Amino acid sequence: MAGPKLKVALVGNPNSGKSSLFNHLTGLNQKIGNFPGVTVEKRSGACALPNGKAAEIIDLPGIYSIYPRSLDERIVSEVLLDHHSPKTPDKIIVIADATNLKRGLLLLTQIVDVGLPVILALNMMDLVAKAGISYDFHTLSKKLGVPVVPINARNGVGLDELKKQMVEDGHVTSKNFFSVWDEAKAPVKEIRSKLEVDNDYEAYLFLEQPQSLSFLDTGKKIQVDEIRKRFEFFPGKFQGAETIQRYSFIQDLLNEVTLKSSDQTWKENSRRLDKVLTHKVWGYLIFFGLLFLIFQSVFAWAQVPMDFIDGQFANLSKYLSQVLPAGPLSSLVAKGVVPGLGGIIIFVPQIAILFAFISILEESGYMARVVFLMDKIMRKFGLNGKSVVPLMSGVACAIPAIMATRTIDNWKERTITILVTPLMSCSARLPIFTILIALIVPSQTALGFFNLQGLALMGLYLLGFVAAIASAYVMKLLINVKERSYLIMEMPTYRIPKWSNVGFTILEKTKAFVFEAGKIIMAIAIILWVLASYGPGDTLSRAEEVVAQQTSNMRLTEQGFEDRVAAYKLEHSYAGIIGKAIEPAIKPLGYDWKIGIALITSFAAREVFVGTMATIYSIGSVDEEEDASVKAKTIKERMKAEVNEETGGPRFTPAVGLSLLVFYTFAMQCMSTLAVVYRETRGWKWPLIQLTYMTVLAYVSAFAVFQILS
Amino acid sequence: MGLSRNVAQMQPGEVGVVAGFTDDHLSVKLMEMGCLPGVTVRFNFTAPLGDPVCISVSGYELSLRLEEAATISILN
Repeated sequence: MAGPKLKVALVGNPNSGKSSLFNHLTGLNQKIGNFPGVTVEKRSGACALPNGKAAEIIDLPGIYSIYPRSLDERIVSEVLLDHHSPKTPDKIIVIADATNLKRGLLLLTQIVDVGLPVILALNMMDLVAKAGISYDFHTLSKKLGVPVVPINARNGVGLDELKKQMVEDGHVTSKNFFSVWDEAKAPVKEIRSKLEVDNDYEAYLFLEQPQSLSFLDTGKKIQVDEIRKRFEFFPGKFQGAETIQRYSFIQDLLNEVTLKSSDQTWKENSRRLDKVLTHKVWGYLIFFGLLFLIFQSVFAWAQVPMDFIDGQFANLSKYLSQVLPAGPLSSLVAKGVVPGLGGIIIFVPQIAILFAFISILEESGYMARVVFLMDKIMRKFGLNGKSVVPLMSGVACAIPAIMATRTIDNWKERTITILVTPLMSCSARLPIFTILIALIVPSQTALGFFNLQGLALMGLYLLGFVAAIASAYVMKLLINVKERSYLIMEMPTYRIPKWSNVGFTILEKTKAFVFEAGKIIMAIAIILWVLASYGPGDTLSRAEEVVAQQTSNMRLTEQGFEDRVAAYKLEHSYAGIIGKAIEPAIKPLGYDWKIGIALITSFAAREVFVGTMATIYSIGSVDEEEDASVKAKTIKERMKAEVNEETGGPRFTPAVGLSLLVFYTFAMQCMSTLAVVYRETRGWKWPLIQLTYMTVLAYVSAFAVFQILS
Repeated sequence: MGLSRNVAQMQPGEVGVVAGFTDDHLSVKLMEMGCLPGVTVRFNFTAPLGDPVCISVSGYELSLRLEEAATISILN
């Protein structure tokens, strides 16, 4: 056996209980990494074996056959075809749903033919008993030439036996369930001799799957291509015939080993549930009710822990700036690192809650029904039935929403969903919306009971939604891929979710966010801190002196003085200088350099806009203890009083206010979202495209609004 | 009638036998999922908007779009 640690790969159909088995075998010793060079997540973990050693369990994406249908699935063929490398698994566990073995056996026979040692784990033995099915395991094992272990991955029954089988010396069976066609025999033979491939079927797949051979060096790839060409072998031509041949063997085998089959009545409850859950009225009512519940919880339930986290980090930052000796390093820690860390942790409650729901939807089998209900509508816009959940969650926060797009298999539909989700108005836009609406929309009621401010707020949410759908439509036309969109999806039988799987999902998603997107958020937070707290020369260190001179004849309170110092510092910092520098660019939108500074600083997160406004207009005595509405009111009063130096009128005219509102509805003012898009798409291409298109959309719309209204 | 009918034309609750496919690319995927020539196909129900549809084949429930269901011809 190669290497010190036994490498065991888990392979199986979607919905066969693969994650349950993985979670059971590895417990909390899970690691999330990447398959080299691709965007597919690799879950692996350690499992203690009866011989005292440990195995590394690798969870491979769920597949129906060894012929990949997507990028994720291609990973599986690559792992299975790359023999004699340090990455080659020592054992493959094929997990199959024992309530219906056909499809699981199709995959199994393919993997056995590839020539790696295989163990067949028959899962859901509890349901098998309930359905009254029974198998002759002995004959099944003999005919397949592999060990067969009945298990129940939900409660761990049979796993000891499975682990015992993992330690056994793996022997490769010589069974060829599938015999290569006569006309393919010659190229197969040549591949075997030239590339030292030790198995006919493996060599056959080299010919069949030119796309899954990235592990070969260029020289070998050219050889394979040459052989394929010379023998005029067309990949995919015989795939259908292969499937039929295998299924006919499987049908014979099942006829022999099935002692008692099921009459499908055990699925009756699931069918009855479907009558309600996919009903034309109840189906949508229940679905939108569920969406509303998810939205409410991500929006409202997360608020309490978020406020707590926010408060704790603010206290820590305040405490550190008091106890640490003054100096740039302390300032970096107290005002750069700690708030940056807080800015990462604050998203954890929302991510945890959203993924609890998504995991329950997936585990119960309901997610497939969501797609079933929504596919027709979403397809028109280049989206997927599953896009509904991320889009709706985006109203609370785009970060968990974008992480939730993982459930979309189609690459194009997933990318479009990621790109448009941040247009949905998230909760961080709310403080900006509230303050600007309060500034420009009178608090009156129209038609008796419609509050005008409320209507304006709803209008902004609608605007975001329409922009998201319209952008999706445009992207559908712009993004060209060869991948054909199709549905052909399993509707799994409803099941009670396994709660520990829900827990594992929450843990996994939270960890992924904190450790991967977190790094980028931290880096940008520190850059923004540098920009806002440093300026050229000694202007900032002389701030107090200068302000003291300017205000020597004013009788300011200590707080008032400090506020002015803070405003002076911000104005003369690099952020201030950039704000002034971009003034010509933002003037056509109706903004001055002060708003420009807020645009720069709020790139960290939109809600920073309000804080920057407060600092820059040096609002008197913004007390920490005062509640938000009072604070907002003082900022509002101050902003209202701000005078446009050119016109002599107020700075925040309806035109400027509306232009800002539209800008913030469309602009990608959120580094955390960019970081998470970077993580989900594994590169800077899509986050940069997203940043560009959203900024252009925001700029052009704000420009149009301001020019039309003024 | 004969070979000319396909799954998209079936009525909810109707049962037929898969005869073949009119799209090579999709047929491979359909067969992997257990929808093979000669097996019984039951048309379960359509989504509220008429598309996609849910069928049963080989003991599995699958959902497909109408245009995909139309590539499966049936004998009846």
